[in-house]
Amino acid sequence: MPLVKDDALVADTWTRLDDDAAMIDGPVVISLERWLNERDVLSSRNGPLGIVLTSHETPEQISDDLGRFSLICLEFPRFTDGRAYSHARKLRERFGYTGELRAVGNVLRDQFLFMQRCGFDAFEVADGTALEDWLRATTEISVAYQSAADRRATAMAQRQDSCTAS
Amino acid sequence: MYRYDEFDHTLVAERVTQFRDQVRRRVAGELTEDEFKPLRLMNGLYLQLHAYMLRVAVPYGVLSAHQMRRLAHVARVYDKGYGHFTTRQNIQYNWPKLEEVPDLLEELAEVEMHAIQTSGNCIRNVTADQFAGVAADEIDDPRVYAEIIRQWSTLHPEFSFLPRKFKIAITGAPNDRAAVKVHDIGLRMIRNEADEPGFEVIVGGGQGRTPMIGHVVRGFLPVPDLLTYLDSVLRVYNQLGRRDNLYKARIKILVHETGVDEFTRLVEEEFAAMTRETPQVLPGGELARIRAYFQPPAYRDLGKAAPTLDLALATDSAFAQWHAASVSAHKQTGYAIVTISLKPIGGIPGDASAAEMEAVADLAETFSFSEIRVTHEQNLVLPDVAKEDLYAVWQGLKEAGLATPNVGLVTDIIACPGLDYCNLANARSIPIAQEISERFADLDRQHDIGELKVKISGCINACGHHHVGHIGILGVDKKGVEHYQITLGGDATETAALGDIVGPAFSGDKVTDAVDTVVAVYLDQRQDGERFLETYRRVGLAPFKEKLYAAR
Repeated sequence: MPLVKDDALVADTWTRLDDDAAMIDGPVVISLERWLNERDVLSSRNGPLGIVLTSHETPEQISDDLGRFSLICLEFPRFTDGRAYSHARKLRERFGYTGELRAVGNVLRDQFLFMQRCGFDAFEVADGTALEDWLRATTEISVAYQSAADRRATAMAQRQDSCTAS
Repeated sequence: MYRYDEFDHTLVAERVTQFRDQVRRRVAGELTEDEFKPLRLMNGLYLQLHAYMLRVAVPYGVLSAHQMRRLAHVARVYDKGYGHFTTRQNIQYNWPKLEEVPDLLEELAEVEMHAIQTSGNCIRNVTADQFAGVAADEIDDPRVYAEIIRQWSTLHPEFSFLPRKFKIAITGAPNDRAAVKVHDIGLRMIRNEADEPGFEVIVGGGQGRTPMIGHVVRGFLPVPDLLTYLDSVLRVYNQLGRRDNLYKARIKILVHETGVDEFTRLVEEEFAAMTRETPQVLPGGELARIRAYFQPPAYRDLGKAAPTLDLALATDSAFAQWHAASVSAHKQTGYAIVTISLKPIGGIPGDASAAEMEAVADLAETFSFSEIRVTHEQNLVLPDVAKEDLYAVWQGLKEAGLATPNVGLVTDIIACPGLDYCNLANARSIPIAQEISERFADLDRQHDIGELKVKISGCINACGHHHVGHIGILGVDKKGVEHYQITLGGDATETAALGDIVGPAFSGDKVTDAVDTVVAVYLDQRQDGERFLETYRRVGLAPFKEKLYAAR
């Protein structure tokens, strides 16, 4: 599936490995279970490593290992399951993760802005996705009332600035 | 009252445009109903038994006369000429057409109103004491904080897909008129030993299928920490709240299953961490900016004497009766708070026609600094009426058919829409409310009975707040026949309690008789001017139960 990343549609260069599949060279994404079971072997591997967390798996379970991963995928089993929003913010704001944070699963444009604000920077989307619709989704609401991982200036902060300036 | 600035205007306008596109995609078939549903719900649009229903937010129950006129206009143009004020201080329209909803919302945006998050598994419209800012017993004005919470909760990126809906209520007074103990989060303004204002934070109250009284998780929360603390509670809930069972998904179940102490520990841990990471300390400047909107209006310097009022009270007994039920103490000398009953005898609780809305707007403009409140008991309020104008206000209300003198009395019934409109209901609520209202129509009798809160829900979801009714009535389905379970002794105020079930449910044609019996037992047992609730707490369920089931 294609990705929306940095305002463009790009091909996914990572390979998602099933838990029983043999390890291959190149960038691979594994499950939390595989990571926990094979941590020692996987740590000594040379290629880039990514991990996918489903919505009931928490950032705390990998928070000591974040340096190992250059990709973390958070799965939305259904778009109405909002746990990954909290997980994303914690990865960015609490654990200081700076690698790619990818939304996978039931990822729809109507939640794009929320995801972006919580720190996601890559989005696994359906084949045939129209990029312009997605880009519009992040600009159609320009006001942010609350601080989040994107550090967008909130309405409150901007009001304070204009008070100070005048 | 609060007025939008450029940020507020922009957001609401953009949200209308966004929703217009979502409706367009739904109509064009680009969105399935399953995909559209959560999107329309986040904008207050339900699909009911017969048609779409749009719930419009009245943030913390505060309306201007100008906004009320627009609500009347919307009722005429997009509905069948009326609207329905709800137990969450909102207004619902039962007959809008999907394709017209974006235009309707645009008309609302022009008067700084919206339907954002009046539904869906997100943070709902915040509710507050309907007497905020004018109550004689207030510590601080909760509208300031309610507006801050309104903004913070609007399109919150982290908390728009919670396990279940989330309701926050706030009161600034020790007398709790906002039912804060039966909300997901209840905020009660208090002062600490240094006399600084802050909040007692109550979490995990709620009604519905599993009614619970909330627990205090923070005894004193300083004002500047409000949003960080709310974020912390919501984050704990978003991560740990149950998503496997719709009926166990509210935060009250999480608090119950986790235990209050452990839940509190989790919240405080999260709060400490968030305070380090993303502090959202409320700046004094923003507090002052918002507080400025809620400055008292230009009250006249009136003395305590009110000769016109005294004369009218002495000479017009109908007015005196209305005055006794409808007028509350105001903090400003010479002024009073007027509650307008939307419960005419035999009427539909909370319904108002376009003409009635306009009549209230007129009276607000002439007599109450153009401000109106909506109460969670489905009535309206003119918050700032000079005592000397009360007689004129009453005459105006009488002319509009809005002078029913039953506020707080047995016919001031809360009822959900029930099976007449709602596809969740097991039984009808409105006809039961109407029948009880007609049975107790006699005003002298009502005033003799005194304060008595009857609350009716058409199903276990408890939109009619039956758990906290002095007399609660719950519609249940017994083999396809509507039955009603009766509870006694519920209370939504600072002495909150859940009602006790009296026994087996009554069939629809026996409910009003049963209420009559309960009232008769109360009158028989009453001592020294006790209110119903006081008598009930003294004598307990037994005498009521005995009479109710004696004939069976």
